[in-house]
Amino acid sequence: MKLEMKDSPGQLVAALTPISEYGGNIIAVIHQREPESPSDTLGVQIVLEIAQERLDALVGAIKLQGVSILRLGEERLLYRQSVIMIGHLIHTDIGDTIGRIDATGFAEVAELNVHMPAIAEPSTALITIKATTRSEMGRALDVLRTVAAEKGLLIVEPLAGAEA
Amino acid sequence: MRVAVLGLGAVGKGLLRTLAAKPELDLVLTAAADSSSACIDPDGLDPTAVLDAKCATGRCGASGLSATDVLASGAYDVLVELTPTNALTGEPALTHIRSAIERGKHVVTSNKGPIAVDHAGLTALADEAGVALRYEATVGGAIPVIHAIRDGLAGNRFSSITGVLNGTCNYILTRMDDEGLTYEQALAEARELGYAEADPTYDVRGIDAAIKLVILANTCWSLGVTLDDVSITGIDGLTVDALRLAADQDCTIRLIGEVAPAENLLRVAPRVLPRNHPLVIEGTLNAVMLSTDMAGEVTLMGKGAGSVETASAIIGDLIAIRDRYVECG
Repeated sequence: MKLEMKDSPGQLVAALTPISEYGGNIIAVIHQREPESPSDTLGVQIVLEIAQERLDALVGAIKLQGVSILRLGEERLLYRQSVIMIGHLIHTDIGDTIGRIDATGFAEVAELNVHMPAIAEPSTALITIKATTRSEMGRALDVLRTVAAEKGLLIVEPLAGAEA
Repeated sequence: MRVAVLGLGAVGKGLLRTLAAKPELDLVLTAAADSSSACIDPDGLDPTAVLDAKCATGRCGASGLSATDVLASGAYDVLVELTPTNALTGEPALTHIRSAIERGKHVVTSNKGPIAVDHAGLTALADEAGVALRYEATVGGAIPVIHAIRDGLAGNRFSSITGVLNGTCNYILTRMDDEGLTYEQALAEARELGYAEADPTYDVRGIDAAIKLVILANTCWSLGVTLDDVSITGIDGLTVDALRLAADQDCTIRLIGEVAPAENLLRVAPRVLPRNHPLVIEGTLNAVMLSTDMAGEVTLMGKGAGSVETASAIIGDLIAIRDRYVECG
Protein backbone atom coordinates (compact mmCIF):
# COMPACT_ATOMS: atom_id res chain seq x y z
CA MET A 1 0.00 0.00 0.00
CA LYS A 2 1.10 3.57 -0.57
CA LEU A 3 0.53 6.03 2.24
CA GLU A 4 0.70 9.79 2.48
CA MET A 5 1.47 11.31 5.84
CA LYS A 6 2.55 14.58 7.41
CA ASP A 7 6.31 15.06 7.42
CA SER A 8 6.54 15.39 11.18
CA PRO A 9 8.01 13.26 13.99
CA GLY A 10 6.05 10.20 15.03
CA GLN A 11 3.97 9.94 11.86
CA LEU A 12 5.64 6.83 10.47
CA VAL A 13 5.39 5.00 13.77
CA ALA A 14 1.72 6.01 13.99
CA ALA A 15 1.12 4.46 10.58
CA LEU A 16 3.03 1.25 11.31
CA THR A 17 1.74 0.51 14.80
CA PRO A 18 -1.74 -0.71 13.70
CA ILE A 19 -0.14 -3.23 11.33
CA SER A 20 1.34 -5.31 14.13
CA GLU A 21 -1.78 -4.79 16.24
CA TYR A 22 -3.86 -6.43 13.52
CA GLY A 23 -1.43 -9.33 13.09
CA GLY A 24 0.15 -8.08 9.86
CA ASN A 25 3.73 -8.75 8.89
CA ILE A 26 5.75 -5.87 7.39
CA ILE A 27 7.97 -7.07 4.55
CA ALA A 28 9.39 -3.71 3.40
CA VAL A 29 9.04 0.02 4.08
CA ILE A 30 10.10 2.29 1.22
CA HIS A 31 10.42 5.88 2.26
CA GLN A 32 11.02 8.51 -0.37
CA ARG A 33 10.39 12.21 -0.90
CA GLU A 34 8.79 12.57 -4.27
CA PRO A 35 9.48 15.79 -6.17
CA GLU A 36 5.82 16.41 -7.03
CA SER A 37 4.53 15.91 -3.49
CA PRO A 38 3.84 18.98 -1.36
CA SER A 39 6.78 19.62 0.94
CA ASP A 40 4.87 19.06 4.17
CA THR A 41 3.80 15.51 3.32
CA LEU A 42 5.71 12.33 2.89
CA GLY A 43 4.98 9.33 0.67
CA VAL A 44 5.71 5.93 2.10
CA GLN A 45 5.20 2.54 0.48
CA ILE A 46 4.64 -0.42 2.74
CA VAL A 47 4.68 -4.04 1.62
CA LEU A 48 2.99 -6.28 4.11
CA GLU A 49 1.14 -9.54 4.50
CA ILE A 50 -2.08 -9.85 6.44
CA ALA A 51 -5.04 -12.19 6.48
CA GLN A 52 -7.66 -11.04 3.97
CA GLU A 53 -10.43 -10.74 6.57
CA ARG A 54 -8.41 -8.30 8.69
CA LEU A 55 -7.42 -5.93 5.87
CA ASP A 56 -10.46 -3.63 6.09
CA ALA A 57 -10.04 -3.22 9.85
CA LEU A 58 -6.38 -2.36 9.35
CA VAL A 59 -7.17 0.26 6.71
CA GLY A 60 -9.65 1.87 9.10
CA ALA A 61 -7.12 1.91 11.93
CA ILE A 62 -4.44 3.55 9.79
CA LYS A 63 -6.88 6.25 8.67
CA LEU A 64 -7.75 6.93 12.31
CA GLN A 65 -4.09 7.84 12.84
CA GLY A 66 -4.56 10.70 10.38
CA VAL A 67 -2.65 8.98 7.64
CA SER A 68 -4.19 8.78 4.18
CA ILE A 69 -3.88 5.75 2.03
CA LEU A 70 -3.21 6.80 -1.55
CA ARG A 71 -3.19 3.39 -3.11
CA LEU A 72 -3.89 -0.10 -1.93
CA GLY A 73 -2.43 -2.66 -4.26
CA GLU A 74 -3.48 -6.16 -3.36
CA GLU A 75 -1.84 -9.28 -4.48
CA ARG A 76 -3.61 -12.30 -3.28
CA LEU A 77 -1.87 -15.69 -3.18
CA LEU A 78 1.55 -14.31 -2.45
CA TYR A 79 3.21 -17.58 -1.52
CA ARG A 80 4.13 -20.37 -3.90
CA GLN A 81 5.41 -23.74 -2.90
CA SER A 82 6.11 -26.84 -4.96
CA VAL A 83 5.75 -30.35 -3.63
CA ILE A 84 6.51 -33.65 -5.33
CA MET A 85 3.81 -36.34 -5.20
CA ILE A 86 4.42 -39.99 -6.04
CA GLY A 87 1.88 -42.80 -6.40
CA HIS A 88 -1.17 -43.76 -8.38
CA LEU A 89 -2.10 -40.12 -8.82
CA ILE A 90 -4.55 -40.43 -11.69
CA HIS A 91 -6.38 -43.51 -10.43
CA THR A 92 -6.84 -41.93 -7.02
CA ASP A 93 -8.71 -39.06 -8.73
CA ILE A 94 -6.27 -36.22 -9.25
CA GLY A 95 -9.24 -33.91 -9.87
CA ASP A 96 -10.37 -34.52 -6.32
CA THR A 97 -6.83 -33.99 -4.97
CA ILE A 98 -6.65 -30.59 -6.65
CA GLY A 99 -10.23 -29.76 -5.71
CA ARG A 100 -9.57 -30.34 -2.02
CA ILE A 101 -6.81 -27.67 -2.08
CA ASP A 102 -8.86 -25.23 -4.19
CA ALA A 103 -11.88 -25.71 -1.91
CA THR A 104 -10.00 -24.17 1.03
CA GLY A 105 -10.59 -20.71 -0.44
CA PHE A 106 -7.17 -19.47 0.69
CA ALA A 107 -4.97 -21.65 -1.50
CA GLU A 108 -5.08 -23.11 -4.97
CA VAL A 109 -3.15 -25.41 -7.23
CA ALA A 110 -1.35 -23.21 -9.75
CA GLU A 111 0.59 -25.79 -11.70
CA LEU A 112 0.76 -29.52 -12.11
CA ASN A 113 3.42 -31.42 -14.02
CA VAL A 114 2.73 -35.16 -14.15
CA HIS A 115 5.10 -37.88 -15.39
CA MET A 116 3.57 -41.27 -16.13
CA PRO A 117 6.29 -43.81 -16.93
CA ALA A 118 4.09 -46.85 -17.69
CA ILE A 119 0.67 -48.27 -16.97
CA ALA A 120 0.38 -49.66 -13.42
CA GLU A 121 3.62 -47.96 -12.36
CA PRO A 122 3.47 -45.04 -9.93
CA SER A 123 3.31 -41.57 -11.47
CA THR A 124 5.25 -38.60 -10.20
CA ALA A 125 4.01 -35.01 -10.18
CA LEU A 126 5.27 -31.59 -9.26
CA ILE A 127 2.35 -29.72 -7.76
CA THR A 128 2.69 -25.98 -7.16
CA ILE A 129 0.37 -24.40 -4.62
CA LYS A 130 -0.28 -20.68 -4.18
CA ALA A 131 -1.57 -19.31 -0.89
CA THR A 132 -2.25 -15.92 0.65
CA THR A 133 0.03 -16.11 3.66
CA ARG A 134 2.70 -18.35 5.03
CA SER A 135 0.39 -19.82 7.67
CA GLU A 136 -2.30 -20.52 5.08
CA MET A 137 0.33 -22.28 2.96
CA GLY A 138 1.00 -24.42 6.01
CA ARG A 139 -2.72 -25.22 6.27
CA ALA A 140 -2.91 -26.03 2.55
CA LEU A 141 0.00 -28.44 2.93
CA ASP A 142 -1.80 -30.06 5.88
CA VAL A 143 -4.79 -30.64 3.58
CA LEU A 144 -2.49 -32.16 0.97
CA ARG A 145 -0.84 -34.42 3.60
CA THR A 146 -4.26 -35.65 4.72
CA VAL A 147 -5.34 -36.37 1.14
CA ALA A 148 -2.02 -38.14 0.44
CA ALA A 149 -2.37 -40.31 3.54
CA GLU A 150 -5.93 -41.28 2.49
CA LYS A 151 -4.83 -42.17 -1.04
CA GLY A 152 -1.51 -43.80 -0.18
CA LEU A 153 0.55 -41.17 -1.99
CA LEU A 154 4.10 -40.22 -1.04
CA ILE A 155 4.77 -36.51 -0.63
CA VAL A 156 8.26 -34.99 -0.82
CA GLU A 157 8.21 -31.50 0.66
CA PRO A 158 10.87 -28.80 0.53
CA LEU A 159 12.94 -28.41 3.69
CA ALA A 160 11.55 -25.42 5.59
CA GLY A 161 13.72 -22.34 5.19
CA ALA A 162 15.34 -23.90 2.14
CA GLU A 163 12.57 -23.36 -0.44
CA ALA A 164 13.85 -22.68 -3.90
CA MET B 1 44.24 -45.55 30.99
CA ARG B 2 43.03 -49.15 30.76
CA VAL B 3 40.46 -50.02 28.10
CA ALA B 4 38.21 -53.09 27.77
CA VAL B 5 36.56 -53.69 24.38
CA LEU B 6 33.35 -55.70 23.91
CA GLY B 7 32.59 -56.61 20.31
CA LEU B 8 35.17 -57.24 17.61
CA GLY B 9 33.32 -56.55 14.38
CA ALA B 10 34.52 -53.97 11.85
CA VAL B 11 34.48 -51.14 14.41
CA GLY B 12 36.21 -53.18 17.16
CA LYS B 13 38.91 -54.28 14.74
CA GLY B 14 39.39 -50.70 13.54
CA LEU B 15 39.79 -49.57 17.15
CA LEU B 16 42.36 -52.27 17.94
CA ARG B 17 44.34 -51.44 14.79
CA THR B 18 44.37 -47.79 15.85
CA LEU B 19 45.48 -48.64 19.41
CA ALA B 20 48.32 -50.73 17.94
CA ALA B 21 49.32 -47.98 15.51
CA LYS B 22 49.22 -45.16 18.06
CA PRO B 23 50.90 -46.29 21.30
CA GLU B 24 51.53 -42.62 22.14
CA LEU B 25 47.84 -42.25 23.01
CA ASP B 26 48.65 -44.26 26.16
CA LEU B 27 45.40 -46.22 25.89
CA VAL B 28 46.17 -49.73 27.17
CA LEU B 29 43.99 -52.64 26.07
CA THR B 30 43.45 -54.89 29.11
CA ALA B 31 40.47 -56.97 27.98
CA ALA B 32 38.55 -57.86 24.83
CA ALA B 33 35.54 -60.05 24.13
CA ASP B 34 33.69 -61.22 21.04
CA SER B 35 30.50 -63.27 20.88
CA SER B 36 32.23 -66.57 21.74
CA SER B 37 35.42 -65.79 23.69
CA ALA B 38 37.38 -63.26 25.71
CA CYS B 39 40.90 -62.38 26.87
CA ILE B 40 41.88 -60.45 29.99
CA ASP B 41 45.30 -59.24 31.16
CA PRO B 42 45.41 -56.42 33.73
CA ASP B 43 49.01 -55.67 32.64
CA GLY B 44 47.97 -55.06 29.04
CA LEU B 45 47.29 -57.07 25.90
CA ASP B 46 48.98 -56.61 22.55
CA PRO B 47 46.16 -55.36 20.25
CA THR B 48 47.90 -56.83 17.20
CA ALA B 49 48.11 -60.30 18.80
CA VAL B 50 44.40 -60.12 19.71
CA LEU B 51 43.55 -59.14 16.12
CA ASP B 52 45.71 -61.93 14.70
CA ALA B 53 44.02 -64.51 16.93
CA LYS B 54 40.61 -63.17 15.90
CA CYS B 55 41.45 -63.36 12.20
CA ALA B 56 43.06 -66.82 12.42
CA THR B 57 40.53 -68.60 14.63
CA GLY B 58 37.46 -66.36 14.68
CA ARG B 59 38.01 -66.01 18.43
CA CYS B 60 39.95 -63.32 20.24
CA GLY B 61 40.68 -65.41 23.33
CA ALA B 62 39.68 -68.35 25.50
CA SER B 63 36.27 -69.84 24.73
CA GLY B 64 35.64 -70.40 28.45
CA LEU B 65 35.56 -66.62 28.97
CA SER B 66 32.89 -64.11 27.93
CA ALA B 67 31.90 -60.47 28.09
CA THR B 68 30.48 -61.12 31.56
CA ASP B 69 33.94 -62.18 32.79
CA VAL B 70 35.49 -59.06 31.26
CA LEU B 71 32.95 -56.87 33.03
CA ALA B 72 33.45 -58.67 36.37
CA SER B 73 37.26 -58.59 36.13
CA GLY B 74 37.33 -54.89 36.89
CA ALA B 75 40.66 -54.74 35.02
CA TYR B 76 39.71 -51.56 33.12
CA ASP B 77 38.94 -47.88 33.60
CA VAL B 78 36.72 -47.55 30.53
CA LEU B 79 34.41 -50.06 28.90
CA VAL B 80 34.14 -49.67 25.12
CA GLU B 81 30.86 -51.28 24.07
CA LEU B 82 30.84 -52.14 20.35
CA THR B 83 28.44 -55.11 20.07
CA PRO B 84 25.84 -55.12 17.25
CA THR B 85 22.90 -52.72 17.56
CA ASN B 86 19.49 -53.95 18.61
CA ALA B 87 17.24 -50.95 18.16
CA LEU B 88 14.25 -52.47 19.98
CA THR B 89 15.77 -53.77 23.21
CA GLY B 90 19.27 -52.24 23.19
CA GLU B 91 20.58 -55.64 24.38
CA PRO B 92 23.05 -57.07 25.15
CA ALA B 93 24.78 -53.66 25.20
CA LEU B 94 22.30 -52.17 27.68
CA THR B 95 23.17 -54.81 30.29
CA HIS B 96 26.91 -54.46 29.61
CA ILE B 97 26.79 -50.67 29.99
CA ARG B 98 24.71 -50.73 33.18
CA SER B 99 26.97 -53.37 34.65
CA ALA B 100 30.12 -51.29 33.95
CA ILE B 101 28.60 -48.07 35.30
CA GLU B 102 27.46 -49.85 38.47
CA ARG B 103 31.07 -50.94 38.94
CA GLY B 104 32.18 -47.30 38.70
CA LYS B 105 33.63 -47.61 35.20
CA HIS B 106 33.38 -45.05 32.40
CA VAL B 107 31.64 -46.16 29.19
CA VAL B 108 32.21 -45.32 25.53
CA THR B 109 29.92 -46.88 22.92
CA SER B 110 29.21 -46.87 19.20
CA ASN B 111 26.05 -48.86 19.83
CA LYS B 112 22.90 -46.89 18.96
CA GLY B 113 20.53 -49.38 20.60
CA PRO B 114 21.09 -48.68 24.31
CA ILE B 115 21.45 -44.90 23.84
CA ALA B 116 18.24 -44.67 21.80
CA VAL B 117 16.30 -47.00 24.14
CA ASP B 118 17.33 -45.55 27.51
CA HIS B 119 19.33 -42.33 27.22
CA ALA B 120 17.75 -40.79 30.31
CA GLY B 121 18.20 -43.89 32.50
CA LEU B 122 21.81 -44.47 31.50
CA THR B 123 22.73 -40.79 31.87
CA ALA B 124 21.18 -40.68 35.35
CA LEU B 125 22.97 -43.90 36.31
CA ALA B 126 26.32 -42.53 35.11
CA ASP B 127 25.79 -39.21 36.91
CA GLU B 128 24.98 -41.03 40.12
CA ALA B 129 28.12 -43.18 39.80
CA GLY B 130 30.24 -40.15 38.88
CA VAL B 131 31.40 -41.70 35.62
CA ALA B 132 31.28 -40.63 31.99
CA LEU B 133 28.98 -42.09 29.34
CA ARG B 134 30.05 -41.01 25.84
CA TYR B 135 28.62 -42.10 22.51
CA GLU B 136 30.01 -39.85 19.79
CA ALA B 137 30.32 -42.80 17.38
CA THR B 138 26.56 -43.53 17.45
CA VAL B 139 25.72 -40.54 15.22
CA GLY B 140 27.44 -39.37 12.05
CA GLY B 141 30.47 -41.70 12.22
CA ALA B 142 33.61 -39.59 12.44
CA ILE B 143 31.73 -36.25 12.71
CA PRO B 144 32.13 -34.83 16.25
CA VAL B 145 28.52 -33.69 16.50
CA ILE B 146 27.92 -34.72 20.13
CA HIS B 147 31.13 -32.91 21.14
CA ALA B 148 29.89 -29.86 19.23
CA ILE B 149 26.54 -29.90 21.07
CA ARG B 150 27.99 -30.53 24.53
CA ASP B 151 31.27 -28.65 24.43
CA GLY B 152 31.96 -26.54 21.36
CA LEU B 153 28.51 -24.89 21.29
CA ALA B 154 27.91 -25.08 25.06
CA GLY B 155 25.85 -22.12 26.28
CA ASN B 156 23.96 -21.79 23.02
CA ARG B 157 20.23 -22.35 22.84
CA PHE B 158 19.45 -24.81 20.05
CA SER B 159 16.30 -24.31 17.97
CA SER B 160 16.66 -27.21 15.54
CA ILE B 161 18.91 -29.94 14.24
CA THR B 162 18.61 -31.14 10.65
CA GLY B 163 20.87 -33.64 9.01
CA VAL B 164 21.76 -36.32 6.53
CA LEU B 165 22.23 -39.18 8.97
CA ASN B 166 22.36 -42.25 6.74
CA GLY B 167 25.16 -42.73 4.21
CA THR B 168 23.44 -45.61 2.38
CA CYS B 169 20.40 -43.49 1.52
CA ASN B 170 22.56 -40.52 0.60
CA TYR B 171 24.58 -42.72 -1.75
CA ILE B 172 21.44 -44.11 -3.42
CA LEU B 173 19.91 -40.63 -3.87
CA THR B 174 23.20 -39.21 -5.18
CA ARG B 175 23.37 -41.96 -7.82
CA MET B 176 19.70 -41.59 -8.80
CA ASP B 177 20.29 -37.86 -9.23
CA ASP B 178 23.66 -37.97 -11.01
CA GLU B 179 23.11 -40.95 -13.30
CA GLY B 180 19.35 -41.23 -13.57
CA LEU B 181 19.47 -44.73 -12.03
CA THR B 182 16.23 -46.19 -10.70
CA TYR B 183 15.96 -46.79 -6.95
CA GLU B 184 16.43 -50.54 -7.50
CA GLN B 185 19.55 -50.02 -9.66
CA ALA B 186 21.15 -47.60 -7.20
CA LEU B 187 20.40 -49.95 -4.29
CA ALA B 188 21.94 -52.89 -6.15
CA GLU B 189 25.05 -50.81 -6.81
CA ALA B 190 25.26 -49.75 -3.14
CA ARG B 191 25.08 -53.43 -2.13
CA GLU B 192 27.82 -54.38 -4.56
CA LEU B 193 30.10 -51.70 -3.11
CA GLY B 194 29.34 -52.78 0.45
CA TYR B 195 27.48 -49.55 1.31
CA ALA B 196 24.19 -51.36 1.88
CA GLU B 197 23.42 -54.42 4.02
CA ALA B 198 22.00 -57.60 2.50
CA ASP B 199 18.76 -56.52 4.19
CA PRO B 200 18.72 -52.76 3.62
CA THR B 201 15.32 -52.22 5.32
CA TYR B 202 16.73 -50.34 8.34
CA ASP B 203 18.56 -47.90 6.11
CA VAL B 204 16.18 -47.28 3.20
CA ARG B 205 13.03 -47.08 5.33
CA GLY B 206 14.63 -44.30 7.40
CA ILE B 207 14.78 -46.27 10.67
CA ASP B 208 18.56 -45.93 11.12
CA ALA B 209 18.35 -42.18 10.53
CA ALA B 210 15.42 -41.97 12.97
CA ILE B 211 17.39 -43.75 15.72
CA LYS B 212 20.21 -41.23 15.30
CA LEU B 213 17.71 -38.37 15.35
CA VAL B 214 16.33 -39.70 18.65
CA ILE B 215 19.87 -39.73 20.10
CA LEU B 216 20.50 -36.14 18.96
CA ALA B 217 17.12 -34.96 20.30
CA ASN B 218 17.71 -36.53 23.70
CA THR B 219 21.30 -35.29 23.88
CA CYS B 220 20.48 -31.73 22.91
CA TRP B 221 17.18 -31.14 24.71
CA SER B 222 16.68 -34.20 26.98
CA LEU B 223 13.32 -34.65 25.24
CA GLY B 224 12.96 -38.25 26.35
CA VAL B 225 11.69 -39.29 22.92
CA THR B 226 11.87 -42.78 21.43
CA LEU B 227 11.82 -44.25 17.94
CA ASP B 228 8.00 -44.49 18.15
CA ASP B 229 7.77 -40.70 18.40
CA VAL B 230 9.48 -40.11 15.05
CA SER B 231 7.40 -39.66 11.88
CA ILE B 232 9.34 -41.78 9.40
CA THR B 233 9.19 -41.93 5.59
CA GLY B 234 11.92 -43.85 3.77
CA ILE B 235 13.37 -43.44 0.29
CA ASP B 236 12.16 -46.78 -1.09
CA GLY B 237 9.13 -45.22 -2.80
CA LEU B 238 11.07 -42.54 -4.69
CA THR B 239 11.03 -42.50 -8.50
CA VAL B 240 13.62 -41.22 -10.98
CA ASP B 241 10.95 -38.76 -12.15
CA ALA B 242 10.85 -37.24 -8.66
CA LEU B 243 14.57 -36.47 -8.84
CA ARG B 244 14.15 -35.13 -12.39
CA LEU B 245 11.30 -32.83 -11.35
CA ALA B 246 13.44 -31.56 -8.47
CA ALA B 247 16.39 -31.10 -10.84
CA ASP B 248 14.22 -28.97 -13.16
CA GLN B 249 14.02 -26.47 -10.30
CA ASP B 250 17.74 -26.67 -9.57
CA CYS B 251 16.96 -28.79 -6.54
CA THR B 252 17.54 -32.37 -5.46
CA ILE B 253 16.14 -34.84 -2.92
CA ARG B 254 17.89 -36.03 0.25
CA LEU B 255 16.71 -38.06 3.25
CA ILE B 256 16.61 -35.48 6.03
CA GLY B 257 16.20 -35.99 9.77
CA GLU B 258 14.72 -32.95 11.45
CA VAL B 259 14.01 -32.10 15.08
CA ALA B 260 12.65 -28.74 16.28
CA PRO B 261 11.06 -29.01 19.74
CA ALA B 262 9.25 -25.64 19.58
CA GLU B 263 7.42 -26.79 16.45
CA ASN B 264 6.88 -30.26 17.84
CA LEU B 265 8.77 -31.63 14.86
CA LEU B 266 10.55 -34.98 14.91
CA ARG B 267 10.66 -36.33 11.40
CA VAL B 268 12.71 -38.34 8.94
CA ALA B 269 11.58 -37.96 5.31
CA PRO B 270 12.90 -37.37 1.81
CA ARG B 271 12.92 -33.61 1.22
CA VAL B 272 13.50 -31.25 -1.69
CA LEU B 273 16.55 -28.99 -1.21
CA PRO B 274 18.25 -26.43 -3.45
CA ARG B 275 21.49 -27.83 -4.84
CA ASN B 276 23.57 -25.25 -3.02
CA HIS B 277 22.10 -26.12 0.40
CA PRO B 278 24.81 -27.16 2.92
CA LEU B 279 23.03 -30.49 3.51
CA VAL B 280 23.28 -31.48 -0.16
CA ILE B 281 26.38 -33.66 0.09
CA GLU B 282 27.58 -36.44 -2.15
CA GLY B 283 27.88 -40.19 -1.79
CA THR B 284 28.06 -41.83 1.64
CA LEU B 285 28.88 -38.61 3.50
CA ASN B 286 26.83 -37.44 6.48
CA ALA B 287 26.10 -33.84 7.51
CA VAL B 288 24.42 -32.18 10.48
CA MET B 289 23.18 -28.60 10.69
CA LEU B 290 22.74 -27.13 14.18
CA SER B 291 20.65 -23.95 14.53
CA THR B 292 21.63 -21.94 17.59
CA ASP B 293 20.93 -18.53 19.10
CA MET B 294 24.54 -17.30 19.36
CA ALA B 295 26.53 -19.20 16.74
CA GLY B 296 23.75 -19.12 14.15
CA GLU B 297 23.84 -22.11 11.86
CA VAL B 298 26.74 -24.53 12.18
CA THR B 299 27.08 -27.36 9.67
CA LEU B 300 29.39 -30.33 10.20
CA MET B 301 30.09 -32.75 7.38
CA GLY B 302 32.20 -35.87 7.11
CA LYS B 303 32.39 -39.61 6.81
CA GLY B 304 29.40 -41.28 8.41
CA ALA B 305 30.74 -44.83 8.57
CA GLY B 306 33.85 -46.98 8.23
CA SER B 307 35.89 -48.83 10.82
CA VAL B 308 38.77 -46.37 11.26
CA GLU B 309 36.45 -43.35 10.93
CA THR B 310 34.26 -44.72 13.73
CA ALA B 311 37.40 -45.53 15.76
CA SER B 312 38.26 -41.82 15.45
CA ALA B 313 35.05 -40.92 17.28
CA ILE B 314 35.69 -43.58 19.94
CA ILE B 315 39.28 -42.43 20.51
CA GLY B 316 38.04 -38.83 20.83
CA ASP B 317 35.66 -39.95 23.59
CA LEU B 318 38.38 -41.99 25.33
CA ILE B 319 40.79 -39.05 25.36
CA ALA B 320 38.07 -36.69 26.62
CA ILE B 321 37.47 -39.10 29.52
CA ARG B 322 41.18 -39.49 30.23
CA ASP B 323 41.68 -35.73 30.32
CA ARG B 324 38.71 -35.13 32.55
CA TYR B 325 38.73 -38.05 34.98
CA VAL B 326 41.89 -40.08 34.87
CA GLU B 327 45.28 -38.88 36.02
CA CYS B 328 47.97 -39.67 33.53
CA GLY B 329 50.63 -41.94 34.89
